[in-house]
Amino acid sequence: MSKVGRIVDGFFGYVRNNGLVGTRNYLGILSTVGCANEVARAIRNNLDGAALITHHQGCCQTPPDLEIVTDSLISLAKNPNIGAVLLVSLGCEGTNVDKIEEEIARFGKPVERVVIQKVGGSINAVDVGSRMAALLLSKISPCRREKVDISQLVVGVKCGASDATSGLVSNPSVGVAVDILVKAGGSVIFGETTEFIGAEHILASRASSEDVSREIYRIVVEMEKRARSMGADMRRGQPTPGNMEGGISTIEEKSLGAIVKSGSCKIDGVLGYSEFLGSRKGLYVKDTPGREPEALTGFVIGGATLLLFTTGRGAPQGHPVSPVIKICGNPETVGALGVHIDVDLSSVLAGTLSIEESGMKILEEVIEVASGKKVRAEVCNYNETMDIWTVGPVI
Amino acid sequence: MSKEAIVCNVKDNVATAIRDLQEGSIVEIVVGGRAITVKLRDNISFGHKFALEDIPKGYSVIKYGEPIGTATSEIRRGEWVHVHNLVSNRGRGDVEGG
Repeated sequence: MSKVGRIVDGFFGYVRNNGLVGTRNYLGILSTVGCANEVARAIRNNLDGAALITHHQGCCQTPPDLEIVTDSLISLAKNPNIGAVLLVSLGCEGTNVDKIEEEIARFGKPVERVVIQKVGGSINAVDVGSRMAALLLSKISPCRREKVDISQLVVGVKCGASDATSGLVSNPSVGVAVDILVKAGGSVIFGETTEFIGAEHILASRASSEDVSREIYRIVVEMEKRARSMGADMRRGQPTPGNMEGGISTIEEKSLGAIVKSGSCKIDGVLGYSEFLGSRKGLYVKDTPGREPEALTGFVIGGATLLLFTTGRGAPQGHPVSPVIKICGNPETVGALGVHIDVDLSSVLAGTLSIEESGMKILEEVIEVASGKKVRAEVCNYNETMDIWTVGPVI
Repeated sequence: MSKEAIVCNVKDNVATAIRDLQEGSIVEIVVGGRAITVKLRDNISFGHKFALEDIPKGYSVIKYGEPIGTATSEIRRGEWVHVHNLVSNRGRGDVEGG
């Protein structure tokens, strides 16, 4: 069968009651406030098949930020890679834990809650929570992979530790893969609003409507305003010192090299940070910063069940909920950090692999990983990198 | 693809080195199907840029067919282009109207 034929053929995923399809089948151990992270981690360590969802938010924040955290946690629980949820709460946090539990139950997922202050402290909470989690895991473990259409895939795309090869090789290759996925009826989410600066006019020209175009400009203006409000040149923050050592001089250059990973299809909408995509299809922007933990989590909040991550200088991290496929076009990095690279595109600069062929190579890996192949970050057990993005002060 | 440097768009006034290049060497680059040669005035590391033409101070540096910033000094053809002679126009809280 031809390469494109195999892709149209689909993948093996976990079909949930609501029809959404996961690439993994995890129990989500979800910390509702930074103070509960350590209990959540200890519960996860007692079990097999649990995804640890931690962050540093949920207390001493302004109401708009607490709402973002509450809604983000609800959306994370809705991700089809999560079959059931254990909420780990301290008991006095600002996040609305009742709402989180109600929304998850209404969405049709089994959910339980352990509250550290109610059960007599961390040691008891680990004990009680581990029992609850074990029963939830038994409940979801019979779920089996089924053959589904490629259009059931929701893919997030991100670049990190970028260098000049990101813009020349790996991002355009991802752009080829994204175009094929979107045209096949799938969903793709990209973001890193900071890296639209200097390239926003190109994205806006691809907007499906005036509203979407305006929204793209608005999120860039807001992001740039926040960076400028520090009264300093944004550089060294963006581009990072590593970007500059790799040859990227300005944010405009970084942005122009970064947006090519979104391909060339029209942009169907802009999602707020805590927003869940649900069953919508097409290409979406998610308003996120460029930093990995918050950006990757933003795509998973959106419903991404698989993440594509291009890197120039090399980065090891995955994500607890969705597998991260690392793609690299820098021969030196592939040589030095090969253990962290899933798709090696170093032949492009040697002239023996085209960008179109690279895009197909990425798609083949997408199908494999969506069907259960472990990515390097999973094999290396480097999957705890995540956080939730908020914009206001910690008070 | 050229073995030494890449030009992303015909409008570009810089090329990107795809291997470490030596000062004084003559590099052949294909721009829009046409081969041009540039004699390098600096060592250019893998991933870094050099000018394809003289860029006066205050003019835009163009890559991917779009401005990526402004030249802060006269940049001569074959010279290394980076943060020492190229500045971003965006995200600048340090300058008025940035």
